[in-house]
Amino acid sequence: MTSKLIKDYFRTDKLPHIWCPGCGHGIMMRSVAQAIHNLGLDKDKVCIVSGIGCSSRAPGYMDFNTLHTTHGRALAFATGVKLARPELEVMVITGDGDCAAIGGNHLIHAARRNINITTIVFNNNIYGMTGGQYSPTTPTNEFGTTAPYGNIDKSFDIPELAGAAGATYTARGTAYHAKQLTKIVENGIKNKGFSLIEGISICPTYYGRKNRKGSIVDMMNWLKDNALDIKVASKLPEEKVKGKFLIGEFKNVTEPEYTEEYMKIIERFQKER
Amino acid sequence: MKNSKIKLMQGNEACVEGAIAAGMKFYGGYPITPSTEIAEFSAIKLPLVGGKFIQMEDEIAGIAAAIGGSLAGLKSMTATSGPGFSLKQENLGYAAIAEIPLVIVNVQRGGPSTGLPTAPAQADVMQAKWGTHGDHPTIALSPSSVKETFDLTVRAFNLAEKYRTPVIILTDEIVGHMREKIEIPDASELEIIDRKRPGNNEENYMPYRVREGELVPPMAAYGDGYRFHVTGLMHDETGFPSNSSENAEKLLDRLMEKIDNNLDDIIEYEEYMVEDAEIVVISYGSTARSAKSAIKQLRSQGIKVGLFRPITVWPFPEERVYELSQKVKSIVVAEMNLGQIVLEVERIVKGNCEIALVGKANGEVITPEEIVNKLKEVL
Amino acid sequence: MSRNNVDLRIKEELCKGCRICVEFCPKKVLIMKNEKVKIDDIEKCIKCGLCELRCPDYAIYLGGNDNEKQ
Repeated sequence: MTSKLIKDYFRTDKLPHIWCPGCGHGIMMRSVAQAIHNLGLDKDKVCIVSGIGCSSRAPGYMDFNTLHTTHGRALAFATGVKLARPELEVMVITGDGDCAAIGGNHLIHAARRNINITTIVFNNNIYGMTGGQYSPTTPTNEFGTTAPYGNIDKSFDIPELAGAAGATYTARGTAYHAKQLTKIVENGIKNKGFSLIEGISICPTYYGRKNRKGSIVDMMNWLKDNALDIKVASKLPEEKVKGKFLIGEFKNVTEPEYTEEYMKIIERFQKER
Repeated sequence: MKNSKIKLMQGNEACVEGAIAAGMKFYGGYPITPSTEIAEFSAIKLPLVGGKFIQMEDEIAGIAAAIGGSLAGLKSMTATSGPGFSLKQENLGYAAIAEIPLVIVNVQRGGPSTGLPTAPAQADVMQAKWGTHGDHPTIALSPSSVKETFDLTVRAFNLAEKYRTPVIILTDEIVGHMREKIEIPDASELEIIDRKRPGNNEENYMPYRVREGELVPPMAAYGDGYRFHVTGLMHDETGFPSNSSENAEKLLDRLMEKIDNNLDDIIEYEEYMVEDAEIVVISYGSTARSAKSAIKQLRSQGIKVGLFRPITVWPFPEERVYELSQKVKSIVVAEMNLGQIVLEVERIVKGNCEIALVGKANGEVITPEEIVNKLKEVL
Repeated sequence: MSRNNVDLRIKEELCKGCRICVEFCPKKVLIMKNEKVKIDDIEKCIKCGLCELRCPDYAIYLGGNDNEKQ
């Protein structure tokens, strides 16, 4: 007995999942499944790939072709699957550490190729699985177990990074704005090219506790109060935008897609025969 | 041999010819000397047969993409040299635990680190076995000629598909870059093995369940309709992670046993004039050519020496080396490193005979004279 | 979408007690009891589905005809 969506798209015998109480990942994983449902994709033709970390446990629960790889390498594995079998809808679920630290090189190159993979980053601003070390998206001056005196690193803006590297669709949502997140994941899947969707999660156990962010509900409220839709932001005076973070669609353009371009090379030789 | 083609080619090119003949349809890699020609020829050849080539952003991504290609159902390969082989180790272990058929070519060059990029070496032999963390099965093949590079590449794919495991081709700069005449056999003359797949609409398919009487679990491809899970975590027959120590032991045992119980099928070696030999040289890859030449020289002087050449370096032909050690006075191991296979030989021989090493790791080949000198010293 | 035929359901064994559904329910239908979500006053429920949307653990949802056909 679970909702139809969960029954249809999840391996319900694997639930409850391993994530902590109040972890935003469960909300976002549901949004991803909802997006797949809304688009009416054939489950047999969807392949979800992940790396290592909290986020990367998601595919184990999702009833598709699923691949849990090595730390940071999800996009490299996914590139192989996609190029080998372009008819598959290949998606990557990754985290801020997995995709922007150890897997940063794969991220920018998958974006550069504009290969038709939809990547959803479950960004919780911390390394959760290893117990709360600062990640490439931990804000400056905040704390992690490896930043006991405050983080002096600057943080990455992952959609901006991916967009600059060549991703043709970039967007950001949050665990609070779950409906909107579903919509941008749908649009990301629909984009024939590399799509990067950042989902801002909440990690009450490590990031929240280390940085005195309050309760689970406080952290959800923070998302609600500090996320500003880019369309709304463009109409607001600067002082009202200051200190907020933007959500919504940042980039949506059409460019040649990698596997299609490769198929053209193959077809050239098949014609010559 | 009606449709065979006689050609002059490099070892690295023969590797790609062999791969294509074996059914390679996917290559993911990164350029590195002295293996780059394997990527270049793959880039040329693969689209011609409807296959896919991709130059990835780094060595790690090269093997990762190849594993992805294999999971999507295509026979896949990656090639590299020294530093790249180091970088590929983690995903080599992934392919071992997840049982992904895959061929990894390491055209060995001088190390450590960047070392001697254009010079030959055989110093990654132990790395091939122990480079990735954790216990895991290893198959590594070592060709001595251009023709053998072709043959062993076909064999590497066959073993990878049959045993669902990564197979390493441990060649070296000499064999990779030398040009020899090679007769490429007609496709009909080659035995090609394809991975076992689950039957049509097999119900309750479990990606890691070995069916009775079979060697390895049948392997579905992503998109075939089975919706299975693959992970580098210890997993049970369903493919899902398991923390149970009982299960971990069972899985690891099965991974090791699929190789250990089939040594006769996997192990291949060449013997040259060993029947009456008092001293046997153990040498592999390009160094075995110098060893053979040394043996010919000494035989012409009436000295009873022979060559034992492991073609399968891992698993090492342990049983045969032990037998030889009971018959001969000494064994001389010649290898382009400071002593790696010699350690394995010492372990196997258990003091049955004397053991000497001709080892060299300065980027120069071991000459027949050096081996002759050592043999005379041992006599 | 008609919500007439759906009703609010809880799968208690999946609930990890995070309180998100309780706090963000616009009609305050839910309460926490022994660290599990409970329905306090079903009469107030407008079947908006926000609890289901934001439940990280899939422990609360609108079940029934419409949902099954979704």
